[in-house]
Parts: sequence; structure tokens; C-alpha cells
Amino acid sequence: MIESVEGLIKAHKGIKKEVYLDLENSSPVPKEVVKAMLPYFNQTAYGNPTLTHKPGWEAYETIIRSAKKIASFLGAKNPEEINFTPGETEANNLAIIGTAIKKRKEGKKIIVSEIEPLNILHVCQMLEKDGFKTVKVPVDKEGFVKLEKLKEAIDRNTVLACFSAVNNEIGTIQPIKEILDIVKDKNPNTVFHADLSDTYGRISFDVNKIPVDMATVSSYKILGPRGVGALYMREGFRLQRIIEGQIGTQRLWPGIENTPLIVGFVKASELAFENFEQNVSHMKRLRDKLINGILGKIDETLLNGPIGDKRSPDNVNISFLKCEGEALTIELSLKGVYVSSGSACTRRALQPSHVLVAIGRRFEEAHGSILMKVSRYHKEEDINYVLKVIPEAVARLRKIYGSMGET
Amino acid sequence: MSRSPLPYNPKILELFRNPKNLGKMEDATVSAVAGNPACGDMITFYLKIDEEKEMIEKASFESYGCAANIATSSTLTEMIKGKTLKEAWQVSWKTVVKEVGGLPSVKFHCGILAVGALKRAIRSYYKQKGKKPGWLPEEQTFEEKQALEEEELAEMLAKKMGEIEGER
Repeated sequence: MIESVEGLIKAHKGIKKEVYLDLENSSPVPKEVVKAMLPYFNQTAYGNPTLTHKPGWEAYETIIRSAKKIASFLGAKNPEEINFTPGETEANNLAIIGTAIKKRKEGKKIIVSEIEPLNILHVCQMLEKDGFKTVKVPVDKEGFVKLEKLKEAIDRNTVLACFSAVNNEIGTIQPIKEILDIVKDKNPNTVFHADLSDTYGRISFDVNKIPVDMATVSSYKILGPRGVGALYMREGFRLQRIIEGQIGTQRLWPGIENTPLIVGFVKASELAFENFEQNVSHMKRLRDKLINGILGKIDETLLNGPIGDKRSPDNVNISFLKCEGEALTIELSLKGVYVSSGSACTRRALQPSHVLVAIGRRFEEAHGSILMKVSRYHKEEDINYVLKVIPEAVARLRKIYGSMGET
Repeated sequence: MSRSPLPYNPKILELFRNPKNLGKMEDATVSAVAGNPACGDMITFYLKIDEEKEMIEKASFESYGCAANIATSSTLTEMIKGKTLKEAWQVSWKTVVKEVGGLPSVKFHCGILAVGALKRAIRSYYKQKGKKPGWLPEEQTFEEKQALEEEELAEMLAKKMGEIEGER
């Protein structure tokens, strides 16, 4: 198997230009971020932050300073409201399972939207074995939560509500304040968790204005290193730990803090917020250039998710009919354009992306979907290259599709 | 279940980039479809048959599917060229998978679907002719059953989706 993968990599020899747009699934770490991290591996703060020696104190100081920074970007005052975790998946697991265990005597109902990421939906599914019931609130054709259905779903038994402020696949910016208000109006005791993995660094979010109980932020989604994220938890709010061990500075996530990754996360956050408005308008321009270019140049294409200001500045998700997504990702890869697809083809379960199905896409529309995300590092010429390569790739696959379905 | 990056071997990649015998055959004696766009997997097979010798003169295909789907279809069209219908009937999906240098197990169904389409075409030919050679089994073969199963599953899911949509 590994030999095959080596062969696949070799097949890319001679590629002249590369454009990485799969920022949904991982990201290259900018050199400024790597540079900021390097001293923390072996020059400073490499100690355990709970121990009484200089490298330990340095680590303690670094982690508290880092937590303050992340807190400040969310509008939070107290660094103790920030709990570093090994990533977004872990933070979401902690938020959901931790709340469920803590509040299981009060009720057993959890409310989510249909289009939450799998690190929320699968956790809820797991809890069903312990008697919890998950209600998935439907969304409309652009991915907006149906607020009437949400109202109906909340009751006295509802202990937790989880809603992403921005959908990771189709970029829908939810009216999260309204969602929060609906939940709290109907049941003030329902804990509200917002996954901000696709919000943080791209859309302003202030916990003073939108007073959620918990929120997840992720490092790699803002071009920081993988392996680190954080769960914001409003002061005074309590949660059950879900893993046990030696407790360090992060009381909700035992084990030795990964100081270099935390530093990288902070540096990536600083870069994202430094020229926030400029970064966002750059992403929006490239996003729209990509969307309009593809929809304009290629027939039988569908934009998934809303347009304009209701869409995340970085998100492009388009279905190409008569093209299977996995084949398209390979074809594009061979030309140096790296994207992902909502096709079921890698899963064999036949079901494509649950998000695309939830917004009413037919399966054949979902199978041909491509997800791309732009960042402040992409240039106009990158998008021009992508707009040259995608029509060629789609044309070739449609030639293979041929006349099927016509007779 | 873990996910792997689908390690296609160089032969599959080559066939994906340069498939053989691609496209609709205008003078085909018979054609057959297997799969369904809803599964993300559909193949049409075209056969030109020398009716006297009951031999496949040429075969071509069209495909909606992943790289494995395209590669196995292409390979199968090459494998059956010049074979009698009886010989072609005996090609199993395992032979096709072997011929493309192996497939990740999650992609076996692509080889199965290609063979399913071929067998349907052969069956359809004899049905047209009103003939029934002794070697042609009454009962559906594994590949045909699998193709049918995939199509039924797609239909069922599409129906379910429609019902959910209706409830909203």
C-alpha cells in the first residue's frame, strides 16, 4: 500500500504550480508561525508548567500569556476561561460529553443542527446509548437553521444545545445570537455551546455580545499548527473532565501542556487578527472570483450554501454535475490544485456529505461537490490558475461520462 | 473503521489519465448500464459482436465514477476484445481487479460493477436474439446481483430523502 502512495506522489513530478485549497482538512503552517514556535521546543519554556524550576516557570508564564491572548480575541477577560485541548475534535467532545455527564440528572435531551460536524453528531450518537436523545434541527436550502423548528425542539428536558456559528462545509453564517436567545428564552438552564472553528479569525465574535456558555476554537483552521485548539468556558461554568491523569494548568485536559503548539496557535491568531478587515476583504474577493469564475465558465454547476455576506469569507463549495468528486480531486491534484470532495466514494457507505444532503442536494449533486477555502496567503494569480485548471478537469471527466443518461 | 488515502497503484492512475476504448459506440450491437448516479457510480458498456462467431469485436464504455471505476472499466474492455461471449462471461471481478494491479478493498465494488455491466450486455444480447445458450445461467451472477443491490439501495435512499423532504 505504501508503495502505491509513493507512486501517486511520483506521478506529480513536473508540476509547475501548486495551489492548496484544502484548508478545511489541514493547512500548511506559515513560516512566521513556525519561527515563533521553534524556540519553545528546546530553548525556552520546555519544562512542565506545573513544576518549580526555571523551564517550568517559563512554560507556565507562556501558557497563561497564551490563554490571555486567545481569551482577548474572543472578548473574554479571564485566561482561566480558556482551556487548551489537542484540537477541535477534543474540545467538542469535552463540551458535549462533559456537559452530558455533569447534567444527566437534570435531563437527557441534546439539540444540534443537522449540519453540525461529525465531531459533534457522532458524539451525540454515542451518548444515545446512555439514554440521551438528540434532536437534529433541520436547515433550509442555504443551510440556515429553521428557527421555528428550534423553538419547538427546546423543552425542560434539554440540557445542551450545540450550534456552529459558521458551517464548515458550506460557509453558512448562522444568526447565532438569535439561536442563543431562542434557546435561553425557552430554557435558561440549557447549556449553549458554539463551535467557532470556522468563525474564529474570519468573522467577529465577542462573547460579551453573544454570551455563549462554551465555544470551540481551532488552531489549524486559522493556519496554525494541528494538534491544538481550545474550549472557551464562561467564568463560573463547570464541566466534568472526560479524561483523567495528572492535572496541569489545564484542569479540563490532563497531561503535559504542548507549549510550542500553543505558542503557534497564538501566533496564527495574532496574524489573523492583525489586519483583520484587510484579510477578510482579501478572502472575500478571492472567494467571489473563484465562485463567479467557476459558475460563469462551467455549465451544470451549483453553488452550495448562501452568497455574499451570509457566507463565510473563505468558503467555496460547488457541485459539478456529471463529475464524480473523488475523480475530480485526483485529476486536479495531478495539476497541482488540492481540494476535497463531499463524495461518498471514499466511504463506501453510499451516503455523501450529510451537510449537502441536509440542504436538499440530490445524491448525484453531492457526489460531484468540491470544497475549497481561500486564505490571506492566496494570490490573485493562484485563483487564475485554478480557474484555468478546473474547467479542463471537469471537461475531461465529462467526456468520460459521455452520453450517459441521455437515452 | 479507519480511512486511508486510497492508494491507487500506477497502473490505475495511468488508466484514469488515459482510458482505453472510451465513449459511446455508434455501431454497437448491444449496450447495458450498471449502477446509478445516486451511488456516485455508473457504467455503460457497449459491445460490437460478430454474430456468426458470437465474438466480441470491440468494446467501449462511458463512466460516471471514481478513478477505480474508470480504470476497471477501461481494463475490462481490453480484456474481452476478441473473446467469445462465452469466454467473456467467465471473466470475474477478481480477475479484473488483478489485471489492474489490485484495488483497495473499499473499491472492489467498482470492478464488480464493471463486470455486472458486461454480463447484463451479454444477457441482453441473447434476449434480443431470443436465444439461450446452455452456459448462460438462469440465475443472476454475483456481479449482477451486486449491481442490482447498489441500484436498489440508491433508489431506497433517494425515496427516503424524498419522504424526509415531504415531512418538512
